[in-house]
Amino acid sequence: MASKEVPEINAGSMADIAFLLLIFFLVTTTMDVDTGITRKLPPPVEDDTKFDINDRNIFKVLVSSSDRLMVEGERSDISTLRDDVKAFMTNPTNREDLPEKELKFIENLGEIEVSKGVVSLKNDRGTSYEMYIKIQNELTAAFAELRDEVSLQFYGVKFKNLLNEDYRKAVKKAVPMAISEAEPENIGGN
Amino acid sequence: MARFKKKKSTGMQKINTSALPDIIFMLLFFFMVTTTMREITLIVQVKPPEASEVQKLEKKSLVSYIYVGVPLKTQFGTESRIQLNDAFASTSEIPEFIASERESRDEADRGFLITSIKADKATRMGVITDIKQELRKVGAFKINYSSRKVAKLSY
Repeated sequence: MASKEVPEINAGSMADIAFLLLIFFLVTTTMDVDTGITRKLPPPVEDDTKFDINDRNIFKVLVSSSDRLMVEGERSDISTLRDDVKAFMTNPTNREDLPEKELKFIENLGEIEVSKGVVSLKNDRGTSYEMYIKIQNELTAAFAELRDEVSLQFYGVKFKNLLNEDYRKAVKKAVPMAISEAEPENIGGN
Repeated sequence: MARFKKKKSTGMQKINTSALPDIIFMLLFFFMVTTTMREITLIVQVKPPEASEVQKLEKKSLVSYIYVGVPLKTQFGTESRIQLNDAFASTSEIPEFIASERESRDEADRGFLITSIKADKATRMGVITDIKQELRKVGAFKINYSSRKVAKLSY
């Protein structure tokens, strides 16, 4: 017999090689998913354009350089901010000093009262970033909860579980994310 | 009768390991696909703040990063500095940075660029405000304050 059998390649070390590569990728891998609070900045203002917003429609939040909070002219705490914003935006008893509501026709929702309220956030140059994010977080949470309410009322699911893009748009229109940031000012120094 | 005698276990039975490389390869491919090599080395210390209402940044290719924090090496000072790409930068360099980021993207994607501000939680808002003002000037309106997701914030 002339034809010799082809000798089998020893594959025993294959696992070792694979292990080596595996460990390399295990070590170099960074599985950080980037998360964060998304915001849209307003376009720059030309000159001192004054915006005509009725005073009752503005919810003023001030943060001092020592991270203390002033809400609507009174000292406040971050733990109550979320409920304050919600109470302000909904204005359940139609008080005169809380924001007006406008009857709007929104597709898929019909006629609905949309609050004209705006949350105005003003921080100092000395405010810590951590506090700023905390406040942004609370404001976002307040609006998210308001959207949840509308979404539950009309569609029976929470806003984040609402998948239909048209419905989502409708809820977003009914509860607009009305957060405005004041032009920067240096009050308390750095 | 010897024929019906139970076979006595003679030592350990050998486990068939011929499928082991396949399993390892599977894991290997998983990590190869999910891996993202770190593109820049941080020269500032960034400990992101925590937040509960975070959103995921979906398209990483559309995100440009601005890092803010105290330099890792103390000889560069203890004040918060801005890092763009691989070097320290001042706020006046941000428009240039945004322009080059736009340049490197597809024309169709340029409108969807997001600027992610990765700042240390101890940073003062002054620096952040300056960055925001610069971004407004060049029309990079979509920003993301990078923060770590926690279930609930403690006050």
